[in-house]
Amino acid sequence: MSGEPLVRLEHGSGGALSRDLVESVIYPAFASDAYPELADAGPLEPGSDLLLTTDGYVVDPPFFPGGDIGRLCVFGTCNDLAVCGARPLSLSLAMTVEEGLPISQLQKALDSAASAAREAETRIITGDTKVVPKGKGGGIFLTTAGVGRRVFPHRLSPVRVQPGDAVIVSGPLGAHGIAILATRESLPVGGSLRSDAAPLFPLASVLFPLGESLHFMRDATRGGVSAVLNEAARGASWGIEVQEDEFPVSQEVRAVCDLLGLNPLEIANEGVLVAFVAGQAAQRALDSLRSQPLGAQARIVGRVTAQDAGTVIMVTSIGGKRLLDFPRGLLLPRIC
Amino acid sequence: MSEERQLAGDLISEIEAITRRIGRPLKLMEVCGTHTVELRRSGIHSLLPPAISLVSGPGCPVCVTPAGYVDNALSLAESGRAVIATFGDMLKVPGTSGRALSSLSGRGLVKLVYSPTELVAIARASTLPVVFLAVGFETTIPTAVSALLEAREAGVSNLLLYTAFKTVTPALRFLLASRDHGIDGFILPGHVSVIIGEKAYDFLTEADGRPGVITGFEPLDMLVGILLLARQIEKGENRVENAYPRAVRAAGNPRARAIMEQNLEPRSDVWRGLGKIPGGALALRPQWAGSDAEKRFALPEAKDAEAPGCLCARVIAGKALPPQCALFGRRCTPDDPVGPCMVSSEGTCAAYFRYGAHR
Repeated sequence: MSGEPLVRLEHGSGGALSRDLVESVIYPAFASDAYPELADAGPLEPGSDLLLTTDGYVVDPPFFPGGDIGRLCVFGTCNDLAVCGARPLSLSLAMTVEEGLPISQLQKALDSAASAAREAETRIITGDTKVVPKGKGGGIFLTTAGVGRRVFPHRLSPVRVQPGDAVIVSGPLGAHGIAILATRESLPVGGSLRSDAAPLFPLASVLFPLGESLHFMRDATRGGVSAVLNEAARGASWGIEVQEDEFPVSQEVRAVCDLLGLNPLEIANEGVLVAFVAGQAAQRALDSLRSQPLGAQARIVGRVTAQDAGTVIMVTSIGGKRLLDFPRGLLLPRIC
Repeated sequence: MSEERQLAGDLISEIEAITRRIGRPLKLMEVCGTHTVELRRSGIHSLLPPAISLVSGPGCPVCVTPAGYVDNALSLAESGRAVIATFGDMLKVPGTSGRALSSLSGRGLVKLVYSPTELVAIARASTLPVVFLAVGFETTIPTAVSALLEAREAGVSNLLLYTAFKTVTPALRFLLASRDHGIDGFILPGHVSVIIGEKAYDFLTEADGRPGVITGFEPLDMLVGILLLARQIEKGENRVENAYPRAVRAAGNPRARAIMEQNLEPRSDVWRGLGKIPGGALALRPQWAGSDAEKRFALPEAKDAEAPGCLCARVIAGKALPPQCALFGRRCTPDDPVGPCMVSSEGTCAAYFRYGAHR
């Protein structure tokens, strides 16, 4: 399209355009020799065991089955730390509130954040409040930053992934995004669909005893598992082959996805992690995850291969092969 | 191994055996855009013997609509003569200047609709005429026309259609009439056939016809369709078979057909990449002149024009595959498309980009 490039809603979808924006506009502004990677969480200073992360929350509607913006803003930030091998310590919470919002709604969101912090064994220790004129904001926007202490001593990064690694998904996919969508669009899908919003540190920490066999973890939020796998493989000397039939997806989520032409692998989750584990440790990792309630449906969904470098290949239910591409287009805006 | 995978394996073994006996390359055309996507999404192209090549036909409605149509819609909106209502796909299709309707977004000139059932309410709320970009094949034509009928019943007079309705069978006749088509058989569209019925394809059984199989959209449906085509080709037959009987009847859907026949008449319009196809379009009958945007605004005939380097026209005609285009995946992606085959979710280029071309 001609004209000056403008920010599009798709830039926030967690798909290919989000990645392009980060790589072409955001990294160049901040990347440095000391911080070349700009990961989801980084050390407070080079070599530090204290990690810092931050995340903004704009979910619409702010209250939905299985969670609300208060729970999300705590768990989401804690989860970014957890998948980097760090135990969450403390959070800050900044609120941007629109004029005219009932104070009871703000109260409800903040009470929920406080209770989520207790659940995640962290605390909110500082914050900020801003109010914007009616019509210039989206009700409640929350931003949290979190500090965590690294408890897993090895590096967790796609650069440690190797051919032969198993790719493990910790639980059923798509519940968060579909619960939000169903609420927003008043879809008649029954009351069983609930967001999976949950703290991931307990689940991540059962993998820490794998030591060097644990190579990389990521929580599968915006853009879903598909975005995580493609980001990991991007530019790598290896590829990923996954089995369509192995991904855990609930019947309710599958039904809504079929109806709306959505792919459950591209839908946001708030309580699912993807782990890359050395092949010989895969069964042990799976058993450990399954010992936890949140990981009871964990599955090995695929393997890292020496072929198809940089791409994710899906073996379909009939045994065919095709690309599993980065999510594209407008997925579901304001999903977290 | 799942039962589905087992069955798929059996079907593919039989297809392989037949192709080996036939002993020459086969070119099968999937006419419908949904098949183009589903064949690739299910990875069927990676399982077929190399002797079988699948080419896409002119069955993606957005893709076969010429660029001049977008120019006319842009001009209607920008001159303030009308508000444009459209499905999402058409928003991103570039006109001859390279500009698309999405360039007008945020100015209230273009309304995105998910279903024609929204149109009456949109027209009622508007002080300007609302022009719906009525792009589609027989599957969607009846619902667009129904919106017009509903508007008349509700006393809403400012809803207009700018028709780019296309019909499938004249396009197939047109392809068969070209000497070098090289097509050995047609995977016929399941959804369109629900409306037009099995009998509409009788012309395929004529002397220079080709075998056709009406095919559903599940992976096993599509493999069965390909198998039945291979069997016919081996025997030298050209029959029309219905492999989607759970949805398609011999006479189609009489009610939907009646709505089309009462309100629309055949016309020869320009298809992108193919030119004028005799009787290949449906336009509003004269009784609807007041609701026909083309007449009301005296719109010029939509011209066909391709962006420099874009191979969409050849892709639509089954004469080129997306990776042969120099723009494919480089200058032209689903996020920033040059041609309609990359815009539409049913477009061949979008399907290749998204699901790859693995063999």
